[in-house]
Amino acid sequence: MKSLEELARIREQTKAKIALREQEGGTRVMVGMATCGIAAGARPVLSAFVEEVNDSGIGDKVSVEQTGCIGICQYEPVVEVFDGEEKTTYVKMTADKAKRVVAEHLVKGNVVTEYTIGATKV
Amino acid sequence: MQELSLNILDITMNGVAAGADTIFITVKEEFPARRIIIKDNGCGLPEETIEQLRDPFFTTRTTRKVGMGVPLFEMQAEMTGGNLQITSVEAPAEGHGTTFEALLYMQSINFVPLGDMVSTMITLLQGSPNVDFIFTHKTQGGTVHLDMREVRETLGDVPVNEPDILMWLRSYLEEQYSETTLEGERL
Repeated sequence: MKSLEELARIREQTKAKIALREQEGGTRVMVGMATCGIAAGARPVLSAFVEEVNDSGIGDKVSVEQTGCIGICQYEPVVEVFDGEEKTTYVKMTADKAKRVVAEHLVKGNVVTEYTIGATKV
Repeated sequence: MQELSLNILDITMNGVAAGADTIFITVKEEFPARRIIIKDNGCGLPEETIEQLRDPFFTTRTTRKVGMGVPLFEMQAEMTGGNLQITSVEAPAEGHGTTFEALLYMQSINFVPLGDMVSTMITLLQGSPNVDFIFTHKTQGGTVHLDMREVRETLGDVPVNEPDILMWLRSYLEEQYSETTLEGERL
């Protein structure tokens, strides 16, 4: 049975990890979580990004955040990746596509062009 | 929306946007109905806006002309013969905030399943780590409960949306669900 005492132990481990982390600009992954995004399946996409970023050990360089509707509801779930000046817009995302974006784009630095807005028909 | 837990996620985000620091999310299985109550202490709404919320072509946003969140939730409730009540007290009056209370009848053919409530809670915690969510799901077979005020006391200055913390909170909720027999859910 899980208890808050167990959480206190996890807290100490997490504190140690935060202390080791180097604070730098890093990459931001923005997942659209307005009504349009949620209805189109953004919740599992967000979960996949959070889990895969953590599992790939790039949590110190990549942050996963939620955002509202950016006005292209027909393309939801929409995910924007900001690397410094560069912005990549991924559309019609799924949890499986999210895994590939983490492995190829966020870990190796290669944009998964076939999932971007320029390569997708509504 | 294919699951009520997605409507709950969507409606709760409105409370976050309204500046709430405490949001109660309560689901009660009261055969033959399910009651869903989402109560925030945000800035509240003027009286004329409350009715406009039910209109899909009303939104406070400027990037688009539709606001589907509340109408979709109301539709899910009304399709089962139930309803959605909205009450709001505008700030700075005491007790300000907005409350949504939906009643849905389980035996209706249009009754939408609750779905993955754990993922809804984890999504809220990931996106709004500083809001105190108090989640309660009461069923005939037990109660699932998460009070972020207690969790925050334990966590101190460690952010709620650290991946390890979120993972722990997910398993904390999942374990509670596994010990609960969701009588209501089987209907």
